[in-house]
Amino acid sequence: MSGVPTRTDVAGEPAVPLDVPPPGNVQVGVDDVMLWAVVPYLVLAILILGSIWRYRYDKFGWTTRSSQLYESRLLRIASPLFHFGILAVIVGHFVGLVIPKAWMDAIGLNEDTYHFFALSVGILAGLATLVGIVLLIYRRRTTGPVFMATTRNDKLMYVFLLAAILTGLATTVFSVFDTNIVNYRDTVAPWFRSIFIFSPDILGMTAASMSFKIHTLFGLALFALWPFTRLVHAFTAPLQYLFRPYIVYRSRGKHPAPGTPRRGWDPVGTPDRGRPGVPRK
Amino acid sequence: MRIMAQTAMVMALDKCIGCHTCSVTCKQAWTNRAGTEYVWFNNVETRPGQGYPRRYEDQEKWKGGWELNGRGKLKLKAGGRLAKLFGIFASPVQPELNDYYEPWTYDYENLINAPAGKDFPVARPKSLITGENMNITWSANWDDDLGGSRRTDQQDPVLQKLRSEAEVKVKADFDNTFMFYLPRICEHCLNPSCMASCPSGAIYKREEDGIVLVDQDRCRGWRQCVTGCPYKKMYFNHRSGKAEKCTFCYPRIEVGIPTVCAETCVGRLRYIGIFLYDADRVTEAASTPNVQDLYEAQLDLMMDPNDPDVIAGARAEGIPEDWLDAARRSPVYAMAKVFRVALPLHPEYRTMPMVWYVPPLSPIVDVLNEQGHDGESADNLFGAIEALRIPVEYLAELFTAGDTDLVTGVLRKLAAMRAYMRDITLGDAPDEKIAADVGMTGEQIVAMYRLMAVAKYEERYVIPSAHLEDAHNLEEIGCSLDVEGGPGMGQTGVFGEASGRPTPVAVENFEALQARQRGEDPTGNGNLGGRVNLLNWDGRGSPRGLFPANNNRGAADADASAGKGAVYDQAEGNGPASDAGGQEGHEPPSSGPGVRS
Repeated sequence: MSGVPTRTDVAGEPAVPLDVPPPGNVQVGVDDVMLWAVVPYLVLAILILGSIWRYRYDKFGWTTRSSQLYESRLLRIASPLFHFGILAVIVGHFVGLVIPKAWMDAIGLNEDTYHFFALSVGILAGLATLVGIVLLIYRRRTTGPVFMATTRNDKLMYVFLLAAILTGLATTVFSVFDTNIVNYRDTVAPWFRSIFIFSPDILGMTAASMSFKIHTLFGLALFALWPFTRLVHAFTAPLQYLFRPYIVYRSRGKHPAPGTPRRGWDPVGTPDRGRPGVPRK
Repeated sequence: MRIMAQTAMVMALDKCIGCHTCSVTCKQAWTNRAGTEYVWFNNVETRPGQGYPRRYEDQEKWKGGWELNGRGKLKLKAGGRLAKLFGIFASPVQPELNDYYEPWTYDYENLINAPAGKDFPVARPKSLITGENMNITWSANWDDDLGGSRRTDQQDPVLQKLRSEAEVKVKADFDNTFMFYLPRICEHCLNPSCMASCPSGAIYKREEDGIVLVDQDRCRGWRQCVTGCPYKKMYFNHRSGKAEKCTFCYPRIEVGIPTVCAETCVGRLRYIGIFLYDADRVTEAASTPNVQDLYEAQLDLMMDPNDPDVIAGARAEGIPEDWLDAARRSPVYAMAKVFRVALPLHPEYRTMPMVWYVPPLSPIVDVLNEQGHDGESADNLFGAIEALRIPVEYLAELFTAGDTDLVTGVLRKLAAMRAYMRDITLGDAPDEKIAADVGMTGEQIVAMYRLMAVAKYEERYVIPSAHLEDAHNLEEIGCSLDVEGGPGMGQTGVFGEASGRPTPVAVENFEALQARQRGEDPTGNGNLGGRVNLLNWDGRGSPRGLFPANNNRGAADADASAGKGAVYDQAEGNGPASDAGGQEGHEPPSSGPGVRS
């Protein structure tokens, strides 16, 4: 490893100098191009267009679909544990992926200190999230009414959500014990940032270790599912509540009511056990 | 001063017989859907009793409504904005299904499908939540008529509060002498705490009529409104994941028709009209330090619709003239502010509720009658109101935050009305002293009697319709019933029989009802509108309107049905038939000349 290694992307764009060389020989294959340059944009397109479509088409279905009415003893512990955990995890991802390493170095946060905080807080948050979601899934499966209210869509979402959390936590744990593991701030993070400047750093992601790749793929899958599941409620996190006036006056409205039936007003005789999203006869 | 109009209701509790017709018709109209099985926009509670959901009035537990913070400012009892957001992942004090009840149906199919056997098949109750067999242990109205009160009266939060002062007396008395019904809908408050609790801002108050609604497209199911509403009239639809609430039947109100609960009330105890209120002073009024002053503060917000300043202010806000006229004729304004007999439910929640109640005198009259006294003599009644402390204190806890003088004042007015009007009914000279005793004039008492006891339909419901220039905005004209399987189905033909927009069902029913209630002919026989009424047909001759009549035939019918024919003929001559018939619009062209002419 001598000289300043450079990395070129597939299109032969100008070379970008690397902070730290990726170890070993990295071969970029077609599959890498697909996974780290094509799929991310597909996922982004699905996420953005899907959310817009869902918001326009299905405002009525845009809800948390809370099951607290059925059961609240377990929920009261598990749900905050999971949600606060995942919020901390999101903050962690932001720090790790979006803020360049150079900036951290610039404020005097060296590698060791950074990793100490990242790992300790990360594992704590990850564990909280994991315990939370496991409790939530347990509750969902064992509480009759809650299980009844679980759609196939929910189950699929849970698989990917749990997988993303498990693989994420695993990478964190691995990186504690395996000192040879590649620093994601030199591989995954540059790739992540490069996505948003439309110049995907395929080599960076290719150089990352397998556990990161798997975690990233599950994350991508989760984001692709996002607009079509109940996860959309996160996009309408009610932060505006902090600023809006308490009392809301609204005019009756200037637009004529739609002539087509609106969701929510099921015809009389709707099966009581039917669930949204499940075709009814 | 910013004048706004508010649609409001008054319920005269003396007239409530606890028949639950309002609850049933409301449920059939609004919450007979999956996900809302346990939802009762309108329910009728027996008091003393726990209410629905159980013990909802215990705000130390449920944290509904507002309270004043250290600086005397309003704050949500369940916590400020940040606290609410942090509690969003699991609402800290949301009632569970057990606090309402587990809805059920019966396995009726088993009655038909059960194989032949020596045991009679039964329809077992099945939970609508889990689908499993279940034992019914509670419902929306389990303690109706004090049922099981020996076991459950300990649970009434209002009674518990009184108990600490008058333990023995309540226990001894209330079983026999003290019970009344309390129908409840959403209060459509001026200062709604459900709205303030909603993180999404999906709950709104309509500028035009003050009705509080949930925007189903903006509700995200955060459930904070359920906690926020101290009356627990916010319900979570567990199927759609959205909050739902009483709509004040706004599609009906918009076309000038009373709500379903009011329309179907057999006791005719509900009054609907509008208030003009000063929206700028609502927060100030709701922040009144002493809870017992909240009633007066709320009353102060209600502006005099005859005051030229108020009228000018209302015009400046764009309130149309017919609304101002309706405000002047408003029965709710008359009962709340002119006669001062209507009181808000739990003013201490500081939400400025807009469903008002005339407290019942009947518990006191009942006691007098049972003890052999004349329950309609002014002296007896006045004395009893003072003496029967428990009912008065109980009512005061409900309606005046514990101020018994206010309740006593109202009850004395009701007693005075009874006594004063009895003299008139019996042909005696009315005793003006009775009126003067309660600070009223005889004329006022007669006016109050007309409104509360005669209670004509047009005087109970003074509902200005939404404006014609806004007509295209009206929900029902947009065919809200035109859903698959709904009553509007099958009207899709472009030029067929049912072409064009259907007449909204509510409007059609309303016209028919109006014709019945206002016409001289209560059976509606003079007013068939192209339909044939076979109910009064004695089997002789042929009922009017069955065949297209010609003159000869009509004469023959009259002969054939002998004495009765004459009555019908008269009715035909007198009834305002032609108008109503014409409006219906779908009678065959050949219906009888009696109807058309």
